[in-house]
Amino acid sequence: MTVPLDFSFAFQQLVYGLTLGCLYGLLAIGYSMVYGVLRLINFAHGDLLMVSAYFAFFGMVIFQIPWPVSFIGSVLFTAILGILIDRGAYRPIRKSPRINALITAIGVSFLLENLGLVLIGGRPKSFPLPALFEGSFVIGAVNVPALSIWTLLVTLVLLVVCAVVVKKTRIGMAMRALSRDMETVMLMGIDKDRVISFTFALGSAMAAAGGIMWCMKYPAVEPFMGVIPGLKAFVAAVLGGIGNITGAALGGLILGLIEVLFVAVEPDWSGYRDAVSFFLMIVILLTRPTGIMGERLPD
Amino acid sequence: MSSQRIFRKDFNSTTKIRNKVLTLLSVIVLLGFLFYADRNLDAYSVRILQNIAIFIILAVSYNLINGIMGQFSLAPNAFLAIGAYTSAIFTLSPEEKLRSFIIEPMIWPLSQISLPFSLSLLIAGIVTAFVALLMAAPVFRVRGDYLAIVTLGFGEVVQVLANNLVSLTNGSLGLKGLYPFTNLWWAWGVCIFTVFCTVRLVNSSYGRAMKAVREDEMAAEAMGINAFRIKTFTFAFSAFFQGVAGGLLAHLITTISPSLFTFMFTFNLLIIIVIGGLGSITGSILAAILITWGGEALRVFEEPSTFFGFHYEGIPGMRMVIFSAILIVVMIFARGGIMGRYEFTWDGLFHWFKRKLLILGI
Repeated sequence: MTVPLDFSFAFQQLVYGLTLGCLYGLLAIGYSMVYGVLRLINFAHGDLLMVSAYFAFFGMVIFQIPWPVSFIGSVLFTAILGILIDRGAYRPIRKSPRINALITAIGVSFLLENLGLVLIGGRPKSFPLPALFEGSFVIGAVNVPALSIWTLLVTLVLLVVCAVVVKKTRIGMAMRALSRDMETVMLMGIDKDRVISFTFALGSAMAAAGGIMWCMKYPAVEPFMGVIPGLKAFVAAVLGGIGNITGAALGGLILGLIEVLFVAVEPDWSGYRDAVSFFLMIVILLTRPTGIMGERLPD
Repeated sequence: MSSQRIFRKDFNSTTKIRNKVLTLLSVIVLLGFLFYADRNLDAYSVRILQNIAIFIILAVSYNLINGIMGQFSLAPNAFLAIGAYTSAIFTLSPEEKLRSFIIEPMIWPLSQISLPFSLSLLIAGIVTAFVALLMAAPVFRVRGDYLAIVTLGFGEVVQVLANNLVSLTNGSLGLKGLYPFTNLWWAWGVCIFTVFCTVRLVNSSYGRAMKAVREDEMAAEAMGINAFRIKTFTFAFSAFFQGVAGGLLAHLITTISPSLFTFMFTFNLLIIIVIGGLGSITGSILAAILITWGGEALRVFEEPSTFFGFHYEGIPGMRMVIFSAILIVVMIFARGGIMGRYEFTWDGLFHWFKRKLLILGI
């Protein structure tokens, strides 16, 4: 099957790809931040997406809270949950070998997913779309959903906020220092745990924002919804250079574009869509393991 | 590093022979028990025994990567799937293949081949090891951490491939009508062989190199160990046995489909090796028995039941909540699991007996 490759079709796919890429980017930023500071692949990061979606869903549907309050509440609660996960599961094993931390992260991820299954049930719930995000603009033959524009805006704003926090504030300086050399940072009298908690809060809040935007695009909330986006966000973070926030967002955009264009060019391959990011990851590891914007990390 | 070093000095040829005889005797006792089980136990218990054997194979070979070499792989479900599919494709008869491939016929040479079970297991192991080799080469060239994500992604990819390569795997319909070749003897035979090979490997210079890589890769490199080579080799070695286990599993349940080999499988194995003690073969074996048995027992939580007049609707997923909570708790409070990094040795047992006797004043 061939698809006419005219300009408007290409532009249309570009819009879809950018939207998906922004969602990956939002998730990847948090992944990258936590990895940069702790050298820990936080497997539970994708599940925070799911948790935030449930928070927002319950806020709007069960408690009938207006959506802006519900969204902000969801972001806050997810940030708190991120801090709690760090305190409860990761802090006690900070000094143990890396493999133990990874196993704990898997455990946390599974606990969140299955708690969701037990407490809420596995049936997908339909996420309500606020009126603000409905509709779309038609430019020529290209249909630009309002949601796509909002997603892009939210991503850009949050990226700038994160970049400013990391580059310009004192706590951001501590984060960057921590990712360089944890022992020296402790000698400088910086409360390491406070900085790490802050990193988790910021990363989780980003995941929550990504989760809410994700649910408005794919409105089926279920306990295992975060697994695949989480995996791809990690690939995006590696692609951009892990530990680098701008790189993570860029990696997300590239991954989203590649995925959408891959299916657009050859619709028969749509079954292999989830495999693309994995092969991309292998290619990056072989050619440029530090990613696009990454610098070599001290081991 | 276990008790072996402590007792190195009274290692002489008689104790060595004694240990070998004792090991042989316990294998004979095990075989005797299997003989008894085969004759007298009901189908459900035999099935659990077979599951235990397959899980021991998987856990011991998985522990080699995660525990003994300290690299975090999440690929067992992928290797299991590859092994299961490979062996199933080779044992199915041409007629059966013609009958079950209803979406697309199977590709030509494979559609006509039908091999004996033993040969198909061997091919399953070799194919799986080869895939592991292909995957390890890019991953181990860079930081070890990436292995976790790459292997996790690989598991997803194997499922995607199994669903989409319809002329090879029959897509989401899966392969049906496999002959139930796997019996107690096959399962436990492969299991004993796996444990034997793994123990020999761990006690060889390769095993010491693996432990060196786990403890400090840079120092190991400085001592002349080629870390990349040892990692790749061990990965392929472990994948071989996981592939064989996949073949055994496929011919035990006789129907395989892509949805069977989810990440859940890897998670169960992770629990087993963590509870047994990362880096202990004996621990993995004990935990495989414990968890396979316990997993059956924990089914109570997922089925409706009534105790003390209180009706309890079974909650699906409760077992996994319990398992993941156990995993986190073990990691935080009892990192060593049952055995830590210690192994069961006959010398250790005798020493323990002697000490007990001394305490009793005999």
